[in-house]
Amino acid sequence: MAGSDHSHHNPDLAHHFENMDQQRQSSKLGMWLFLVTEILFFGGLFCAYVVYRVNHPEVFVFGHHFLDKTLGAVNTVVLICSSLTMAWAVRAAQLKQRTILMLMLVLSFVLAGTFLGVKYVEYSHKWHHGLLWASRYAPDAHILAEAGFEVPEAHVEEAVSERAEGAPAGETIPAIEALPVDETTPETPLDEVADPEISKIGPAAAGPAGLATAGDRASAEAERHAVSVDPANARTFFSVYFLMTGLHGIHVILGMIAMLWLMKLTFQGAFDGGHYTKVDNIALYWHVVDLIWIYLFLLMYLID
Amino acid sequence: MAEGHSAVVTPMSGGASGENYLTTGKGPLSWLFTLDHKRISVMYMVCILGSFLLGGVFALLIRTELWSPGATIMTADTYNKMFTLHGAVMIFLFIIPGIPAALGNFVLPLMLGAKDVALPRLNLLSFWCWLAGATVCLVSIVVGAVDTGWTFYTPYSTTTSTAVVSMTLGAFILGFSSIFTGLNFIVTIHTMRPEGMTWFKMPLFLWSLYSTAIIQVLATPVLGITLLLLIAERTLGVGIFDPALGGDPVLYQHFFWFYSHPAVYIMILPAMGIISELVSVFSGKRIFGYRMIAWCSIAIAVLSFLVWGHHLFTSGQSGLLNMIFSALTFTVAIPSAVKVFSWLATMYKGAISLAAPMLYVLSFLFLFAIGGLTGLFLGSLSTDIHLHDTYFVVAHFHYVMFGGTVIAFLGGIHYWWPKMFGRMYSEFWARISAALIFVGFNLTFFTQFVMGSHGMPRRYYNYLEVFKPYHQASTVGSYILGVAFMIMAYYLLHSLVRGEKAPENPWGGATLEWATASPPIATNFEHEMVGLDPYDIDSLRFDRETGNYVRKDPGSIFSKRTGDE
Repeated sequence: MAGSDHSHHNPDLAHHFENMDQQRQSSKLGMWLFLVTEILFFGGLFCAYVVYRVNHPEVFVFGHHFLDKTLGAVNTVVLICSSLTMAWAVRAAQLKQRTILMLMLVLSFVLAGTFLGVKYVEYSHKWHHGLLWASRYAPDAHILAEAGFEVPEAHVEEAVSERAEGAPAGETIPAIEALPVDETTPETPLDEVADPEISKIGPAAAGPAGLATAGDRASAEAERHAVSVDPANARTFFSVYFLMTGLHGIHVILGMIAMLWLMKLTFQGAFDGGHYTKVDNIALYWHVVDLIWIYLFLLMYLID
Repeated sequence: MAEGHSAVVTPMSGGASGENYLTTGKGPLSWLFTLDHKRISVMYMVCILGSFLLGGVFALLIRTELWSPGATIMTADTYNKMFTLHGAVMIFLFIIPGIPAALGNFVLPLMLGAKDVALPRLNLLSFWCWLAGATVCLVSIVVGAVDTGWTFYTPYSTTTSTAVVSMTLGAFILGFSSIFTGLNFIVTIHTMRPEGMTWFKMPLFLWSLYSTAIIQVLATPVLGITLLLLIAERTLGVGIFDPALGGDPVLYQHFFWFYSHPAVYIMILPAMGIISELVSVFSGKRIFGYRMIAWCSIAIAVLSFLVWGHHLFTSGQSGLLNMIFSALTFTVAIPSAVKVFSWLATMYKGAISLAAPMLYVLSFLFLFAIGGLTGLFLGSLSTDIHLHDTYFVVAHFHYVMFGGTVIAFLGGIHYWWPKMFGRMYSEFWARISAALIFVGFNLTFFTQFVMGSHGMPRRYYNYLEVFKPYHQASTVGSYILGVAFMIMAYYLLHSLVRGEKAPENPWGGATLEWATASPPIATNFEHEMVGLDPYDIDSLRFDRETGNYVRKDPGSIFSKRTGDE
């Protein structure tokens, strides 16, 4: 009985489903659940962003001056257009229009590639000026001056010289020791008052940040007014920036791979029967990638 | 194993060939690339029990080292690695995937009368992710192991010279395995229920797997990003958790426990589901409080996300937060207790059969009650300050994890073993082993409650002379456990070769997995099934000749919808 039962079924129907509707629903629900995990995955980073921004708003105000709003806006438009072409691709698959489907997939792919190209321009600009994540953060004087910030000479000199010298021969310094801030950061009043009689524990290199200083309103207030200089822990901004945009970039690349796969299937005529679930699912994924970027653009570039 | 031509006991699988899922397809590749949920489940079972053995060996080494203060068989550094590996292997490789991936994978589609899970390819991918993650973890152990404790707390985990990156990378990959299994179960339960099986006619094991899956899908990604940040911290120096770079190590603890506390319920919820099935079958009675147990599974899943802060009472979290988390922690006791009372009420005036699976149910009730009640001491702020990081905590979570989850897992293995492999194990040795596990477990961990409340800190290599008797009793208990597990391994493996042929329904369960052959055919059922009341034990009668429970109305479970496409 079981054997002959399925002989005249649709070849797209897997053996364990009763009908196409059940199969489509399963696949769609699976994709939505996967997107929930994606949101929670990025949610961790958004959470870190909120914690650091609430506790150290000056760091974010400072950092955002170094992001190019124009390029960010261009990329936002590019991604929104790619969402449109992906949605169109789904429509084409539903209507069994193979040529239009192919065209839309190619367009989406090209737009995704454009996004990554623009991102490359932005990243390389930051790389050249030392605006990198925490342990590699060493901005050069020009870029700070360009953005209207004064930086204590010693700070820059030291940063530049340490980077120029690189690691002393054969010696691998832990990242922390190579940091320029240690001595010059304005946030170490403890250093002066520390009495060797009282405590033998050295003060932390840069003072605690994040949740731990939530109560320390006075110093936070002082820092907020002193935005004309490179604030303490400005590096945190660039860590968060590179983590979030980097992870988003990886998702863009994964989306492009998925688009290539859809193109191959389209070429083979897999969607000629109107079973568009695969296109639909990848499009859903792509919209989420797009949506995450819109939040990143708002939260990173448009502070103020 | 079971020969193809062997006589088939059951009327259901009267096919001439006697083929089953174990004999359909031969060779290792037919296993490695199978999409059959039953085969994936068996592969998971083998690998997970292998991990359990590995974690158990680490545990025995730890207990042996603690036989006397100071060095006994290893150095302090090795000891630090041992307890880390014991924790990491047991948590990430064994207990989190344990019940859902090994037993759930087998039973869930059968209970639904379905041919497979909704997304079989994803199911296989989940297993491959497990293999990949486990391989990375093993490589990490070989190249230097980790000494941070299984929680990988910063800042130590960002500064130690041990293999933190590879171990966390392994755990990251294992997270995908867990997410895929959970996602698959949610989709399957939503879309594959048979005719007549409404949500509240589902077996309670499915409710528990469903609520487990919700946690797996919602919490595991947060662990993923946390471990990724830790890896980025070590390889790039992003400083998110490093105070020297402006980061906050306590943020790591929040992130970590936002996953890892719900993960505790990933472990216990499916165990509770097994108990709900077993207690009804072996009491010969309908489960008491079906709806309440179902809702309580969901309630526990929801509450699990609101209590992570009770791991941070001593980390400088604000007093207000401490109070809120403490109060929320206590609320978890309510659904848990509702379940325990429902199980007891199910047993009340039941015809209790003390078969091996039921012995595990009784062990579970006893040990889980102790584990749960000692949790209240740790959830209340004042006592936690005293008990924090002592052996009391170690004993508490072993009572819940081992006394709860592992005991229920063992009960489930004994219950579904005849269905999975078509053979009965030796009931005598199964009872001996269950009793030894109960005794050995209590000897190992009850002493730790005493030690802990007297101030013996956890994870210490050395200890004061006064704790010596407790440590030695605990070590003896762990050896008893080791012996009990060796007996179990022997009689289970023996049953595969020499065991009596299992009938279709040896225990008298009314859920659908007992309505097909043991072991089932590759497509699970010969007919389309309908969902009847899963706890209608009275619809079955015992057939003395075959030792099988049969339906009084055999046709009732088959769908009347014939021939419709």
